[in-house]
Amino acid sequence: MSQPILVWFDAQGDQPSRPALQAVQVARQVAAETGRPLVAVAAAQAADVAARYVPSVLRIDTELVNQDRHVRALQTAFESQGASMLIMAGTRSAQAILPRVALRVDGAFLEDVLQLEVSSGGTQAVRLSQLQRIRETLRTTAERVVVSVKIGAFEPAEPAAETGTVTPLLIEMEASDERVRVERELAESANSVSLDEAGVVIAGGRGLGSAEAFQQLLAPLAHRLGGAIGATRAAVDAGWRPYEEQIGQTGKTVAPDVYLALGVSGAVQHLSGMRRSRLVVAINQDADAPIFKHCDVGIVGDVHQVVPALLDALA
Amino acid sequence: MKIVTIIRQVPDAEARVRVDNGQVALSGAAWVLDGMDEYGVEQALRLRDEGHEVEILALALGPAGTEDALRTALAMGADRAHLLETDLSLDVLATAQSLASVIQCEQADLVFVGGKQADWDSAALGAALAELLGWSFSDWTTSFTVNGQDLTVRHDSDAGSETLHLSLPSVISTQQGLNDPRYPTLPNIMKAKRKELTREPMTSQDSKTEVVGRDLEQREREGRILQGDATQAAQELASMLKEVGR
Repeated sequence: MSQPILVWFDAQGDQPSRPALQAVQVARQVAAETGRPLVAVAAAQAADVAARYVPSVLRIDTELVNQDRHVRALQTAFESQGASMLIMAGTRSAQAILPRVALRVDGAFLEDVLQLEVSSGGTQAVRLSQLQRIRETLRTTAERVVVSVKIGAFEPAEPAAETGTVTPLLIEMEASDERVRVERELAESANSVSLDEAGVVIAGGRGLGSAEAFQQLLAPLAHRLGGAIGATRAAVDAGWRPYEEQIGQTGKTVAPDVYLALGVSGAVQHLSGMRRSRLVVAINQDADAPIFKHCDVGIVGDVHQVVPALLDALA
Repeated sequence: MKIVTIIRQVPDAEARVRVDNGQVALSGAAWVLDGMDEYGVEQALRLRDEGHEVEILALALGPAGTEDALRTALAMGADRAHLLETDLSLDVLATAQSLASVIQCEQADLVFVGGKQADWDSAALGAALAELLGWSFSDWTTSFTVNGQDLTVRHDSDAGSETLHLSLPSVISTQQGLNDPRYPTLPNIMKAKRKELTREPMTSQDSKTEVVGRDLEQREREGRILQGDATQAAQELASMLKEVGR
């Protein structure tokens, strides 16, 4: 059996999701190392986009309206292909779906990996623990492995030279797959780019002082830099921003090219959500704020003065 | 209704971590009940406060010292506690397997578990428990109402938040926003010392993954503070941001 490497592929319209492309990058590397074929699994609307990146695509025409259905689809793909590995970007839904797929295929689960290496001796991965402060090297000799890839840890894959083939994959749902009914709602977030995708993240903390300050200072900056707005737990707890925008241990982990921390003190829990950002810029009034120990560039000053000046300078 | 709240004992977030001979070493660490797990204990107590007839079991897997975190849950108001005692560090799926068999024996209806615990930074425990028990699941739950066997919850998804309708038995992973966990009062801390806490040695090691090395995650930051007044500093920052190509 060829024991393919499967990768979950996702797209919005014609645009591949950035985290999915990062997962493809890892999957390509593993496929090359092991000489195994690479196969993408995608919902109907994303299958043609996936074929621009992956030589072979399994198209799922059944709607994956809840997590149970998604688990069933990935389980079916894994078993029908006799796969050795399934790789998916470490989104929120992946966190809920992949451990279940791993249990169903009696495989090992490697969560939020930063590095992945497959050799004859098994699979080795690096991930973070202890609020993202410790790098752990994990090893498994399991024949079947399910992997979530930490968002932002890899470069996104480039399109392939040739377009791949798309084959439908029939999924038989069971009664238990219908037990959770989802009412979709519009996201409360005003972000036009999602935090997972954004190359620039502008995060505000307690130091901003009010919901209005986010509107007046962060929104124009996000607009100007094409970034997404994030918030610390303190700002969310104060009701200034919705939970969806929270960055940290509770909330999202981001790794953008530029992370601007405005009025953010730099609590350990918050740092665990942004540690892997490329360039970290901090603006805070308090020169002793811990964030200044974790930034590349800092400005000690009042955000209410510095940000308008920054907007002027960027204009 | 029988409710199990999963408890994990983790180093306090303020503790400094190091690596010593491949093991995580903590200096000045207090070990505490994981903050994310507290929401589950609180939610179970609220169901009781609302008049539901509930029995609340705090369940943990870990070394003998995990008893402290279980006592905290008892002091918050859980009825009894059970510890699967082991010094082994099981991976998250193996941990879920051991916990799920206790939950099955207890014939529970509802499990609360923290969305992501601060020691292993894993968000997989709730999903794995739901799978092993064959129960419905809501992850990253921010609101919770029960009506007979039916649950209506809100949870965070990739793009925003959604409302889910599901039926018991269920596993609910909890997070900030769900409620404000109560502090144990002194009388309740005293009372908790007399509550039932059972221990059971756990020897099976079914982990499919093994940690073979640990290092401190270090990221060198330049820490360059821009000088001058707000305008000067902002101008310098603007030209740096333009250079990064944005």
